Amino acid sequence: MYAAAIIVFREVLEAALVVSIVLAASRGIQRRGAAIVVGAIVGLCGAALVAFFAEAIAASVEGIGQELFNAAVLSIAVFMLAWHNIWMAKHARRMVSGLQAIGSRVQSGEQPLYVLGILVAVALLREGSEVVLFLYGVAASGSNAATLLTGGLSGLAVGILFGAAIYFGLLRIPTRHLFKATGWMILLLAAGMASQAVRYLMQAGVLPDQMPLWNSSSILPPDSVIGQFMHAFAGYEATPAPLQLAVYVATLGLIALGMRTIGRQSAESSARFKH
Amino acid sequence: MALSPKKILMGLLPGLVLGSFLAHAELVEFEIVIREHRFEPSVVEIPAGQKIKLLIHNLDATAEEFESYELRREKIIAGGSTATIYIGPLRAGEYPFFGEFHADTAQGRLIAR
Repeated sequence: MYAAAIIVFREVLEAALVVSIVLAASRGIQRRGAAIVVGAIVGLCGAALVAFFAEAIAASVEGIGQELFNAAVLSIAVFMLAWHNIWMAKHARRMVSGLQAIGSRVQSGEQPLYVLGILVAVALLREGSEVVLFLYGVAASGSNAATLLTGGLSGLAVGILFGAAIYFGLLRIPTRHLFKATGWMILLLAAGMASQAVRYLMQAGVLPDQMPLWNSSSILPPDSVIGQFMHAFAGYEATPAPLQLAVYVATLGLIALGMRTIGRQSAESSARFKH
Repeated sequence: MALSPKKILMGLLPGLVLGSFLAHAELVEFEIVIREHRFEPSVVEIPAGQKIKLLIHNLDATAEEFESYELRREKIIAGGSTATIYIGPLRAGEYPFFGEFHADTAQGRLIAR
């Protein structure tokens, strides 16, 4: 039962982190509730579909369909996170420049809401399908299915509670600092996902596999609680390939550059407006 | 909008996929069976310094997730299906793997020599 709870919790952890950080980062955006609910429904239905067609997906493209699918879903998430952060960089500047009142009125729904919806959907889609497959397997296995299912569902509940704790924890941060904090978190999430996408492409044989740069599994074991958390949060790997690290750094750098450029532009235009 | 390497990568993907199929044509294949949530054989010897193709046949009715931190591999294998995983080139050594959905029984390792 504990094993089942831990497996499901591990799968839910990443989705819970992404969703809670994105929710905190989009605080005050008007009509975001609908986008998030639609995203969640699409994501969960998608997860069930992916689980149902798992065999077909895996068998497609000469047996590397699952890796390509995962890499594609992760790439979409990276783009949406980048987009969100760059958009927020523009807004944070305006808030500081005092042109608009700080508060919920600032985020007047200019942010394309589908970015939020897609982010929630892709987060639930990938991890959700694994939970569905696991719980389905447990339910089908007969014997002690009820105990295992209880374990699995409690893992799910703990994962959701964990996400809720992060969300409400972040909301305690004052608005201006909140967006700075969530901006950094989203940068790390995006870089970690980009590095994971590279790993899937290596597994598929699309990119050449490489000898790892280092092995830090004795310092921070990847199967430990902190290791798992750091993997979900910042893409930690004990034995990263050079290309993974390169893509990680490039993703961090490009999004940060985008945020800085857009942020400066909006600061200049608002300064001109003022005088 | 940041033009991340991912975007460039996705553009290159079709060519890379095609190229990789050609490159995979002569890879040595190894096979493992999953039966009653155990790997058979649970120890597989592969050549070090060489890319190989690992076929995993899941004979159970339910899905398994093949996972290895050391190999950096993670793949769902639906019940009654076969998964293809490319591995290596690896340094000589031992690389444990496990079935995440049944980790109490599904344990194994690759030995690269």
